[in-house]
Amino acid sequence: MKLKELEELIFELIKKVETNLPEEVVSEIKKAKNREKTETGKKILESILQNIEIARETKKPICQDTGTLTFFIQMGSEFPLRDKLKKALLNAVEKATKEVPLRSNTVDPITNKNTGNNIGNYIPYIDLEITNGRDCEITLLAKGGGSENMSKLKMFNPTDSLDDIKKFVVNHIVEAAGKPCPPTIVGVGIGGTSDLALKIAKKALLRPLGERHSDKTVSKLEKEIIELANKSGIGPMGLGGKTTVLDVHIEIGHRHPASLPVGVVMQCWAHRYGKVKIYGDGRVEWPR
Amino acid sequence: MAKVEEILLETPVDKKTLKKLEAGDMIRINGTIFTFRDKAHQKAIEFYKRKKKLPVDLNNAVIIHCGPIAKKTKEGWKIFSAGPTTSMRMEKLEEGFIKYSNISVIIGKGGMGESTAKACRKFNVVYCTFPGGSGALAASYIKKVKDVFWLEELGMPEALWVFEVENFGPLIVTIDIRGRNLTEEIKVRAKERISSYIK
Repeated sequence: MKLKELEELIFELIKKVETNLPEEVVSEIKKAKNREKTETGKKILESILQNIEIARETKKPICQDTGTLTFFIQMGSEFPLRDKLKKALLNAVEKATKEVPLRSNTVDPITNKNTGNNIGNYIPYIDLEITNGRDCEITLLAKGGGSENMSKLKMFNPTDSLDDIKKFVVNHIVEAAGKPCPPTIVGVGIGGTSDLALKIAKKALLRPLGERHSDKTVSKLEKEIIELANKSGIGPMGLGGKTTVLDVHIEIGHRHPASLPVGVVMQCWAHRYGKVKIYGDGRVEWPR
Repeated sequence: MAKVEEILLETPVDKKTLKKLEAGDMIRINGTIFTFRDKAHQKAIEFYKRKKKLPVDLNNAVIIHCGPIAKKTKEGWKIFSAGPTTSMRMEKLEEGFIKYSNISVIIGKGGMGESTAKACRKFNVVYCTFPGGSGALAASYIKKVKDVFWLEELGMPEALWVFEVENFGPLIVTIDIRGRNLTEEIKVRAKERISSYIK
């Protein structure tokens, strides 16, 4: 495989993610629509489903905020294209910005100048994990500004309880109300360091909807937060209704004895993510 | 009690028409809408303060908090995706903008705060929610890009776009001219509920 082919695959991944919402997310939104009792809530969810269809058919971005492109990469140390990966990623992002097209969301924080191509300092966000072997799996998460602005970190006291954490997360979901475009998917990172808590919270968004954490206590906490958030009545777009969150995913990291960081990251209903797996021998797979 | 059927409004929207609208009603818009995001709000207010003439007439106009994806083609500008952005970012600017511009309708998402609700009551303006994230749907109602201003200076998302729209909606009246604010009411109720569940 050459640089150009790798670039093309990543371009396809970006285009797919931005225009075609994963079926599991669509199915959860449909379920939410069927549950909804309020006229406004139903209308909003119907429009959202209509929007998803239009974007799929016309291959246009689901949302005009095509987000910050966040790549989670697991690359084998012997992946034959390892020296070309970064270049292919950047070329693909630039091409996607022009051709999908994407909105350029890369603004210099000092001069306020937009680079125009979605490339800048630290952006696109690339998280690289080196694994064994010759394969490479690239996961893309596109996350808009409205939901990203509703991120939150709190350094808890290690003697604080899981109930305190639950209260913090639920109160935050209610306080964020309609701003992150509910019904949302909420990622929570408990433990690690301050930055890790937010990072694992973001990674938690990538777990398939409806799947619970393998640890019983964590899984129970997830269910309790989902139930409380949906009982709040914030509803679709904060205009009231039964579904405020489509799911809540918690990930845990080991913490320093003195620290208990908790990170909360919210993703709008337009949960745009996808994967491509490139094998060392050149085979390509598009996992769900 | 909010009405279930959608009410179609033509732009410019007469202030008298707004009287019959209540928070929770659903409307659609035919005619012209103007995009105003953070920077365009600031710039317009500066224009008004300096008594400079704006490039567009906002009397009884409909504005939308929106930064579209547009592409210039041989036939002119084409809009790919154009849903609303989070309105709350404009909260500290909206009251001044309403006072100077005499607009009638604001379209956004996520709701707005007390100062906008107060201005809506004082100057007879309604704030409506378009379903957030539905950029492709919004674009499907945009029939034409009539004009664009401040593009060079502010960039594509922040520029002032002028769209001709047909049946643009659904728009849910979130703040009415009596200043009733639906998202605030729901948030207050949600907080009460949650505090009764978690002690």
